Amino acid sequence: MSSSVKAPEPNTLETPADTGRKSALHTLMRDPQAVISAGILIVIVLLGLLAPLLTEHGPNHSSLDAVNAAPGTEGYLLGGDKSGRDIFARLLNSVNTSVVSALIGASIALAIGVTFGLVGGYFGRRVRGLTEWVFSLIMTFPGLLLLIVLLPVTDGDYRATMMIFGVLLSPGIYRLVRNLVVGVSKELYVDAARVSGLPDRRILSRHVLSVVRGPIVIAAAFLSGSSIAVQSGLAFLGIGSNEVASFGAMIADGFTNLYEEPLQFVWPSLFLGVMTASLVLLGNALRDALEGGRPKASDVVGARSRPAPAAGAANTAATSTASGLLVVEDLTIAYPAPSGELTEVVSGVNLSLEAGETLGLVGESGSGKTQTAFATLGVLPPEATITRGSIRLDGRELLGLAETELRKVRGTSIAYVPQEPMSNLDPSFTVGSQLVEGVRAATTLSRSEARERVLALLQRVGIPDPRRTFDSYPHQISGGMAQRVLIAGAVASRPLLLIADEPTTALDVTVQAEILDLLRDLQKDLNMAVLLVTHNFGVVADSCDRVAVMRQGEIVETGSTEELFSRPSHSYTRMLLDSILDDGAVRTDGPADAVASDSSSAVPDTEAS
Amino acid sequence: MITYVLRRLGTGLVLAVLVTLITFLLLGTSFDDVAGTLLGSGATPESIQAQKAHMGLDRPVLTQYADWLSHAVRGDLGASYFTAEPVRSAITARLGVTLSVVLAALLFTAVISVALGVLAASRGGAVDRVAQGASLIGFLVPNLLIAIALVYLLAIKLKWLPATGYTPFAEDPGSWATSIAIPVAALMVPGIANLSAQIRGAMIGELRKDYVRTLRTRGVPTRSIVLRHALRNAAGPALTVLSLEFVQMLGGALIIEKVFALPGFGSYAFDASLQGDVPIIMGITLFGVLLVVCVNLAVDLVNGWLNPKARIH
Repeated sequence: MSSSVKAPEPNTLETPADTGRKSALHTLMRDPQAVISAGILIVIVLLGLLAPLLTEHGPNHSSLDAVNAAPGTEGYLLGGDKSGRDIFARLLNSVNTSVVSALIGASIALAIGVTFGLVGGYFGRRVRGLTEWVFSLIMTFPGLLLLIVLLPVTDGDYRATMMIFGVLLSPGIYRLVRNLVVGVSKELYVDAARVSGLPDRRILSRHVLSVVRGPIVIAAAFLSGSSIAVQSGLAFLGIGSNEVASFGAMIADGFTNLYEEPLQFVWPSLFLGVMTASLVLLGNALRDALEGGRPKASDVVGARSRPAPAAGAANTAATSTASGLLVVEDLTIAYPAPSGELTEVVSGVNLSLEAGETLGLVGESGSGKTQTAFATLGVLPPEATITRGSIRLDGRELLGLAETELRKVRGTSIAYVPQEPMSNLDPSFTVGSQLVEGVRAATTLSRSEARERVLALLQRVGIPDPRRTFDSYPHQISGGMAQRVLIAGAVASRPLLLIADEPTTALDVTVQAEILDLLRDLQKDLNMAVLLVTHNFGVVADSCDRVAVMRQGEIVETGSTEELFSRPSHSYTRMLLDSILDDGAVRTDGPADAVASDSSSAVPDTEAS
Repeated sequence: MITYVLRRLGTGLVLAVLVTLITFLLLGTSFDDVAGTLLGSGATPESIQAQKAHMGLDRPVLTQYADWLSHAVRGDLGASYFTAEPVRSAITARLGVTLSVVLAALLFTAVISVALGVLAASRGGAVDRVAQGASLIGFLVPNLLIAIALVYLLAIKLKWLPATGYTPFAEDPGSWATSIAIPVAALMVPGIANLSAQIRGAMIGELRKDYVRTLRTRGVPTRSIVLRHALRNAAGPALTVLSLEFVQMLGGALIIEKVFALPGFGSYAFDASLQGDVPIIMGITLFGVLLVVCVNLAVDLVNGWLNPKARIH
């Protein structure tokens, strides 16, 4: 994914932090979810604060005349409860109880969690070991059990209970802050501040705190919500003083009176529900604004080609009569920008490749070469759209094929060797089982036949002890070995076309040449066509028959390797060639002389642990 | 492997000692009230002191704790101050009720969350919006209101299930299932809301990884990629969340058992706490911590099996 979309650059005169803050506030003000939930909360809290002015009776004042009084009775806006207390007054005072619970619970959790998160994240291993241990201890406490078990200690005062609850909530905040701080203290600007002699306290408060501020604001909303819910739950059970008005106690009273006076149950439930729901929704809106939204799920199967394939073919049929094993015509790939409109990352690319031929696709990162390769394999990320064009393999149009059809093509005709060997192996499965699964998906071989083929392939790609590697997990083999494994996986189904995306970039220099030789050998053996995506002209000179140069999503020059090296016609190609020749990175001698060319007996890399 | 389990159990015991010690120290501040409650309304400061001396509550708190601990390691958790019922047998008799509710809720939470999370992450679109909406409702509505709504709907309105009470499994498995159905459902809702969101997030992360693309290029079916590969890699973080859910549910069971009049661990703890029945409170705390330790160990062992890098050799 070297070439993803570039979002439009923000005003570069502002520092990133400033823009982030301003735009977050801006997004928040325009987000109806944030505005409405914050508005509701403010109204409810104000009602609670104004309770003495709005009500005629205290929350605990009971009068025989008011027992189950109807709503609207003089002085009893919402009527009286079964003890003759003013429901409206009790509701507003319950709001105050909830607000106090939220403030105590959230501020204790934040105070403890943030302080120790900063300390544990910023200072060394030893300090962190201690804080880690203490907080995992707190986490093992079954929270509510403890709140109830400690009733004799708190004496039923909900404020003391909320303090304990705050302590119980603190490990979550501790972990959040600790992770953020560990991340930021590895940043260069914090290193720079440290080197320039700023005291730890200043660094923590200035650089580190600014990073954790957003997540803390978000967490505060959720902490408040859970504090209110827990306080109500305990009050519902009858824990705590009868003098304290609480939604939980009101709900419990109303529940026993549900048939006669359902409204006595509805009001506190409604207030409690609306308050906690607003806090959660506000928290979610804050998260979206401050952290740029949560990842969106999409169909695994991924990108859809938008145009009807026939139309795409018709567009290009008139202008081109290209034929070959692989023909890519007028391929255009776009991604949605944050604003919603599509930005093209590949525009009108034409490529063709004969059987057995090697084509180098060259360009700097972000030029669209990997996107072109992924489109050919049919594995573009889900948000990508192919807006027009045609990709034909052996005369068959691939764009618009159903996933099941495409899967057959991928298994048998096109194969892929990735750039980064380690991340392309599933860490949870042995190397062998992953390869066997691929072989069985592409062929009708039995499990044991597939196993035999995989073992033979591992031998073929130059792995010294195939059986051991077969049973190893990816983290037990070296990068060079992993790349051989991936090559074995790619050629297992004897494909017509191999797409290798920077196959040597992530490897040690000594291993690079061996891998290139191996690819060349396999190509000869199997008579495969190879599309070699690279930014390295050395690799091109070594391996490619022809070269296509890409820049900003377009092919700027195509030609045979010799032509291109001796007479580059496009200035961009010349610039690329010059910059590389300066480094002296090109192996100008023939590939056969450069290394011992017999790759199957090449020095095996035995870093495997 | 065996040494690993033993070492983990050892740290678990240390933890149990620490947690019970802290609980005991905190309870130590309320011993006057305990003695007062025992004596009833006629208690005088003198009679309270005499009662404390009689029960040994006037000794230094640490001495008392050491005393409790030395009996506890021999399996003697003392007897209730109020009923003289031995604590250990009382707790084990009630543990079955609590565990059947909590473990059933945990099992359903895991199964439903995996289904919701995987579907939402791998299908996207409308399926994802529905799953996220369902999860959001679980977050938005306080557990208490969900429990009441379930009772109102299923027991009072539709009369499908009993509102309160408990039938032991051995007596009648059918009635047992209906008697715990509403409590289990009430415990599950917040658990599913949390866990399905976690699984969805982890699955989205996994499905975007490089190895998924490579498996696709080899023609491996989508079903196998999602269920065998991505889910297995997403399961580690989800299991950790599940073990935290267990702790939550154990606490939630306290409230739920009280509301539904289930004769479990939770309602026992609740009544004991209101009275200040110290031996029961200590026994409950000890069992609670040991349960959490065992579940965490089980989760770590499963994690090791799932994740070869974390495997203990």
